[in-house]
Amino acid sequence: MPFSPHTDNEIRFMLDTIGVDSIGQLFDEVPAALQITDLEGVPDALNEMQVTRLMSDRAGINKQPLCFIGAGAYEHHIPAAVWEITTRGEFYSAYTPYQAEASQGTLQLLYEYQTMMAKLMAMDVSNASLYDGASGLAEAVLMAVRANRGSKSKRVLIPRTVHPHYRKVVQAIVRNQGIVVEELGYEITTGHIHPESLSDNPGDVAALIIPQPNFFGVLEDGDVLTDWAHDNDMLVIAVVNPTATALLKPPGQWGKEGADIVCGEGQPLGIPLASGGPYFGLMCCKKSLVRQMPGRSIGRTVDLDGKTGFSLTLQAREQHIRRSKATSNICTNQGLMVTAATIYMALLGGEGLKRVAAVSHANTVKLMKKLDAIEGITQAFDRPYFHEGVIKLEHHSAYEVLSRLSENNILGGYDIKDDYPELGEAILVCATETKTDDDLYSYIDQLRQIIV
Amino acid sequence: MSNTPANLKYTKSHEWVESLGDGTLRVGITDHAQDLLGDMVYVEVPEIGRQVKSGEECAVVESVKAASDVYSPVAGEIVEVNGSLNDSPDTMNKDPYGQGWIFRMKPSNADEWKNLLDAEAYMGVTAEEH
Repeated sequence: MPFSPHTDNEIRFMLDTIGVDSIGQLFDEVPAALQITDLEGVPDALNEMQVTRLMSDRAGINKQPLCFIGAGAYEHHIPAAVWEITTRGEFYSAYTPYQAEASQGTLQLLYEYQTMMAKLMAMDVSNASLYDGASGLAEAVLMAVRANRGSKSKRVLIPRTVHPHYRKVVQAIVRNQGIVVEELGYEITTGHIHPESLSDNPGDVAALIIPQPNFFGVLEDGDVLTDWAHDNDMLVIAVVNPTATALLKPPGQWGKEGADIVCGEGQPLGIPLASGGPYFGLMCCKKSLVRQMPGRSIGRTVDLDGKTGFSLTLQAREQHIRRSKATSNICTNQGLMVTAATIYMALLGGEGLKRVAAVSHANTVKLMKKLDAIEGITQAFDRPYFHEGVIKLEHHSAYEVLSRLSENNILGGYDIKDDYPELGEAILVCATETKTDDDLYSYIDQLRQIIV
Repeated sequence: MSNTPANLKYTKSHEWVESLGDGTLRVGITDHAQDLLGDMVYVEVPEIGRQVKSGEECAVVESVKAASDVYSPVAGEIVEVNGSLNDSPDTMNKDPYGQGWIFRMKPSNADEWKNLLDAEAYMGVTAEEH
């Protein structure tokens, strides 16, 4: 539908019809003291030429550094076709699909996304996405507490190896609902939750969160942790990286019964880093829990003529219908991001996604070995990792090293000292499939010059 | 015009109550309620052994368009739930007063149920809603 502005004549006609002299009169109800007449502190408007100049100058400050930062958002190659198709008007401006008959394109795509995600995670069902990985984990916690009817405690266990931002977001969202999130310590030499550290008698706990890989890039013992949780009547919430899941055992197959709820950040699937967002949260669960799953669900059905069609389903639990007793205040999804992710997954296929994961892993192993070989730098954890690793600096501060690298157009990694002070000066380093051997050599060369 | 059997008691929140003669009460939702809710797809039944107060939410019935709370008509303990509703929630639509019962309870006060609405009073409630 094209934009149609109002002419002065049309405005006059409308005002006359309702018997009002001016548009200003329609705001008479607002007390004079609350009406703004000018915008103090807001500078005068610029014209298009001036704005273009301003923005070009600012854009000129942007650089394209060599990025070795992971820590929850990953630089992967995005095939040109992904955004070429995603930015087509039909996808880009599709409205929210509440009117099924007018939204079959969007709904079919979302249904295909859900199918791909459920298969990738080896779970029964997927929703149509949430805002991001962190809030998705908070939703998973709320869901687990609701769904675990055998547990009365509202206690949830979260390893310290879960992303620090995710832990903060979960606390912020769930604490006022009486949910107590208890942190589990990790083994300092290996960077994972050691199964022997798990209590034989954890008491009444609603759920255990298991990251895979964890924030350090290290692989947790998914099978052992899952079985321990189930043996103690807890639900298992898996927080996963979708690229990694192409190569690792999917959470639906962990332990004897598989994870109950799966969540994570979908950004690695064709979404650019874009200064932190928008991204999207993935969520899957076992069929028995589907009525407790927040967010939208698309179902496949038939119309009156028996033809296949798609529609929003399980809506009775959503906020706009169930209100305060809904599964979540969220009744939306990240439609555009999911469109990109679905096209990315379709283009790569299972084999392609596995290769991206494998090359990312291989590059990180190469980099970590070279880093560990530098005098004054050691690999922090003696345990398998996916595409990130932690290095400890013996004689330098992480902040200083990263600043000096940045001056040479290299983003060397993420400083984790504040979140994990027990590790000392430590950097989380990531190398995806985008890094060539030359890139790795550049990093090592620059770092040697700084460390010397 | 909804069916409202004369031998049952009712609540303003559209539950029906049947005194079974063995000291327990059987509870479900009325024909009027199932008609308004539409095709039932799921019911979340209360836990057996749970103590409920009069008027407390203890079950949720879900149709294609709404999820609605079911309230306990009196104070007491849940002693049985209708497991067949798991596979056939539409029984609540087809036979709301018979096979569509939701739970059975043992009341704390043996006579409290007698204060509930009789069929005529309930029909008055539903008439007012239109």
